[in-house]
Amino acid sequence: MDRRENIKVLLAGTVATGFLISSGCAPDDIKKSESIIAAGLYGRTPKEIEVDSKLMADTFFSDHEKKIVSLISEIIIPKDDVSIGATEAGVTDFIEFMVKDYPKFQLPIRGGLMWLENLSWATFDNSFVVITPEQRIILVDKIAWPDTAEEDMLYGVKFFNLMRNLVCTGFFTSKEGIKDIGYVGNRPNQWDGVPAEVLKKHGLSYDEKTLKECLKIEDQHKIVQWGEKGNIIG
Amino acid sequence: MQKGKVELYTDAMVREVLTDEKGMATGVLYIDKKDMKEYKIGAKVVVLAASACETARIMLNSKSKLHPNGLSNSSGVLGRYLHDSTGTDRMGFMPELVDRTRYNEDGVGGLHVYSPWWLDNKKLNFPRGYHIEYWGGMGMPSYGFGFGMDTMRKYITDEVGNPSPNGGYGPALKNDIRRMYGSMIGMSGRGESIPQYDNYCDIDPETVDKFGIPVLRFHYNWTKHEVNQAKHMHETFEEILTGMGAVLLGKKPDETTQNGLAAPGRIIHEVGTSRMGDDPKTSVLNKYAQAHECKNLFVTDAGSFVSQADKNPTWTILALSWRTSEYIIDQLKKQNI
Repeated sequence: MDRRENIKVLLAGTVATGFLISSGCAPDDIKKSESIIAAGLYGRTPKEIEVDSKLMADTFFSDHEKKIVSLISEIIIPKDDVSIGATEAGVTDFIEFMVKDYPKFQLPIRGGLMWLENLSWATFDNSFVVITPEQRIILVDKIAWPDTAEEDMLYGVKFFNLMRNLVCTGFFTSKEGIKDIGYVGNRPNQWDGVPAEVLKKHGLSYDEKTLKECLKIEDQHKIVQWGEKGNIIG
Repeated sequence: MQKGKVELYTDAMVREVLTDEKGMATGVLYIDKKDMKEYKIGAKVVVLAASACETARIMLNSKSKLHPNGLSNSSGVLGRYLHDSTGTDRMGFMPELVDRTRYNEDGVGGLHVYSPWWLDNKKLNFPRGYHIEYWGGMGMPSYGFGFGMDTMRKYITDEVGNPSPNGGYGPALKNDIRRMYGSMIGMSGRGESIPQYDNYCDIDPETVDKFGIPVLRFHYNWTKHEVNQAKHMHETFEEILTGMGAVLLGKKPDETTQNGLAAPGRIIHEVGTSRMGDDPKTSVLNKYAQAHECKNLFVTDAGSFVSQADKNPTWTILALSWRTSEYIIDQLKKQNI
């Protein structure tokens, strides 16, 4: 079936059955959509697929630069009692993707890494990759605190601010990071308002009238019945 | 219900509406985006719904002997009275919302509330009004989440009230981001602007797109009404945020930026380019969105709007399209078109 035929069926089908939601999905359809999503082609035009493929095939960071990015990432968001650290969560690859997808990051990040390397050689006569973890923290402390940094460290401060932004966002948008932050949404038909104990903490509560008018959580999967004239009958 | 009666042509970039020697529409000419060739489709009735500006572009580009200024444009109004909603935003941090209990807050933000219209409209220095969209909550972290800790971390305080240092790294930073989750409150004001004859789009005489079709130029300035409205929005944002105990983030914009008023087009509610009206001298379409000077041409996007309230135009587009559809059926049955 070609695309035009598909749309014909779709148009006829939706009008005939009311809404797609009431028809449900056949197992074959689910399988087909899952395979499209898995192939990374979901919602992409041929032109976009071409752009994405080229972007993914490119490499921006050298191995040496990548090592410094990983070390900085793990310093900014390390493993703790709650969750894994930034590198294990894939933040280095995320930053590699971001600099390719948003070329304005390329110069400040490449330049910033180089600046940090220069500082490392000037201070400890060795690369940031080779010096000890304690020595790395000595350097990072010079650029990690924008309100108290020395004036000649402002290049590094600006670079580290950018790295902090990318590492934090990379981590907390990863699967592990979202679990860490405690996001509990993305659950269709599962919303039951603000929990009573949370409202109480702020000195608030729902009034009886609102509670009476609102959907009961046990009725969440019931579909409204429409009459012939489009009025709700149940 | 009959099935299979719709033929949908995708990747079809319409260049112009074709007309006959009586000035009636006979179909459209389009460029197929895949093979870059011209095609024609014949039609008894042509309905344009390409979005207000693009519809005006098609009509302005549809010049013929009987329609020398573009289709149904002897009034010269086509493309004029273009207007968008007003918009400006502000954000605050709520200390009371640090360390929140986690629960599902999807869909909580973004509510469009008719505040502050508890006020008396007559006392204001601008006509019409605006609503505020409130946002915030514990949404799914997306790109940008965790940014700005170099300036905002100081708002997080420990048990004895000592603020965290800005910036930093390590477990303490990681924990402060957790504590801050869901503590930001934002407001977006969206209001009504006054349609102006002098705000318009017309055809650029020098530039075409990649399909060889002349593009639009835009001429649009906000008046003092919209600029005053934006000032009022910001005063209201500050009053509400401060009243609820929030720390204001950023600065209140001043007159050097038209009080932070978003550039025309930014709120993407462009309407009014082929306005409707009873008088063909001052409007392009009649009350059924039928072109005054081309009876089998209709417009069912927001081009027909004479004004728009502070709200999104889509539902009004749907209602007017419904009305136009019924009118087209009626007119076809009566053999008027």
